[in-house]
Amino acid sequence: MRGIAKSMLTTLSAFTRRPVTREYPERHRPIPERDRAFPILLWDQGIDEPFCTGCHACERACPVECMTVLMKDNPRHTSQGGNSSRRKIIDKFWIDYGRCMRCNICVEVCNFDAIAMNNTWQGHELSVYDRSDLVMDLPQLLSQHRQGNLKEWVAE
Amino acid sequence: MVTPRALEHEFETQDLMINMGPQHPSTHGVFRMVLTIDGEVVRDVVPYVGYMHRGAEKLCETMDYRQGIGYMDRTEYLANFNAELSYVMAVEKLLDIDVPERAQWIRMILCELNRISSHFMFTGAFGTDVGVFGTAFTYSFIQREIVQDLFEEITGDRLMYAYFRPGGLAWEVTDNFVARVHEVLADMRQGVIDIDGLLTHNEIFVARTKGVGYISGQDAIDYGMSGPALRASGVDLDIRKAEPYLYYDQIDFDVPLGEHGDVYDRFVLRVEEIRQSIRIVEQCIERLQPGPIQPERMPRMLRTPPGEVYIRTEAPRGEYGIYLVSKGGNRPYRLKIRSACLSNLQALKHMTVGQYVADAVIVLGSIDIVLCEVDR
Ligand code: SF4
Ligand code: SF4
Repeated sequence: MRGIAKSMLTTLSAFTRRPVTREYPERHRPIPERDRAFPILLWDQGIDEPFCTGCHACERACPVECMTVLMKDNPRHTSQGGNSSRRKIIDKFWIDYGRCMRCNICVEVCNFDAIAMNNTWQGHELSVYDRSDLVMDLPQLLSQHRQGNLKEWVAE
Repeated sequence: MVTPRALEHEFETQDLMINMGPQHPSTHGVFRMVLTIDGEVVRDVVPYVGYMHRGAEKLCETMDYRQGIGYMDRTEYLANFNAELSYVMAVEKLLDIDVPERAQWIRMILCELNRISSHFMFTGAFGTDVGVFGTAFTYSFIQREIVQDLFEEITGDRLMYAYFRPGGLAWEVTDNFVARVHEVLADMRQGVIDIDGLLTHNEIFVARTKGVGYISGQDAIDYGMSGPALRASGVDLDIRKAEPYLYYDQIDFDVPLGEHGDVYDRFVLRVEEIRQSIRIVEQCIERLQPGPIQPERMPRMLRTPPGEVYIRTEAPRGEYGIYLVSKGGNRPYRLKIRSACLSNLQALKHMTVGQYVADAVIVLGSIDIVLCEVDR
């Protein structure tokens, strides 16, 4: 009987503790800056073009082959009369979020720091009705950072 | 009390085959067993595994060593760090590289914390199996979430950490790591008190679990069991003590042993292991020194020399082994995962036959299987 009484007491003591849950859709938990949601592309605010040069490094390193990268000559390169030092630039880019295993490898292999894991809540709340809606194209991948709502975190 | 044997002589009964799973809430995943029952008594059990087979071993053979880490996470999703550890240690042994001290200590801390969270998960899920619906589960989930919050701060992901790398760690831990670990440990101590109060000394719980699902030490060895399920039968085999890896030989901790080899012992032993893991983490934190977390020179693409290794570590569920064969190049020629759960599951029939049907559920729960690891 003593054991049962103690068990009841443990349950009762929960009344004195702080609640540990949140009413989720209304209230969001703050997420750490290292949070890895899904990879997104970064926007070079200085020159106003993507960092990504379309070098295919991430595409080759991705374990689940969920990326597709196409590159093109940069029309804004200095030789063309522009102000960019990037000879090549990304033309088309797709990442299938439905396949991505969020392993961070694409971020590690990128030599141009052009890709990062989304660490905002927008990166997590991606429910869709159709699986094909999870294939993100270039404008979608760039929009988050272009609007500037990404916490910067770079692993040494 | 009417024993199963007494019932048998009194009535003429007919054996009945019932199917349990694969979508049964108490099978801890997608696991199916076909029970042959005689009234309430189990006469035979045939387990069917493989519903979750994804071919993780074969997949890893098609990708390089860094890419394989993510798949290790997915084999053992309750103790990811322990699974990653076996894999990266196997690669490190093939490459013959020294891992910096700080990286090793951090690995130890994370693995032990992962053991704590995994065992808490067990206590909760087991409580639900026994019939303490919900209460124990929520209490232990609070603790598991606390550990997971810490892991998320460090690695960025709540479940699939992909944080260990051959040679060390992917990146440095957070600046407030030590303080956060102390905080987490304080919560864990409270959690153990809660679980003890809720279950361990609760008479109903004890009556339900004592003497159920007995297996002798010798039988457990014969079935190839390992981990807490083996030690509950009194066999003193903990790889952390028997073949120390990382720095377990420098750490002072006890390996709890069971006496009766029943379901209750397996539960109590895991709760005791949580206490021991807390002790280990405390000692590791004291010895943690600043330093590098990756060797000086690491090639961008790892290429292993030909050879084969077998690395085994003590994961929360037992011996998690990686057998890695390399024929040169940047990917394994053959990778075999020695899954603790699969071996432990073999003893299910031995433990269940002759018990009541209701006990089959708690025997299965007491092995603490992760079906993802069984099926790989
Ligand atoms: S994101 Fe980086 S690695 Fe991938 S194509 Fe662009 S520049 Fe290359
Ligand atoms: S996070 Fe991993 S799986 Fe996802 S796109 Fe990058 S490399 Fe591929």
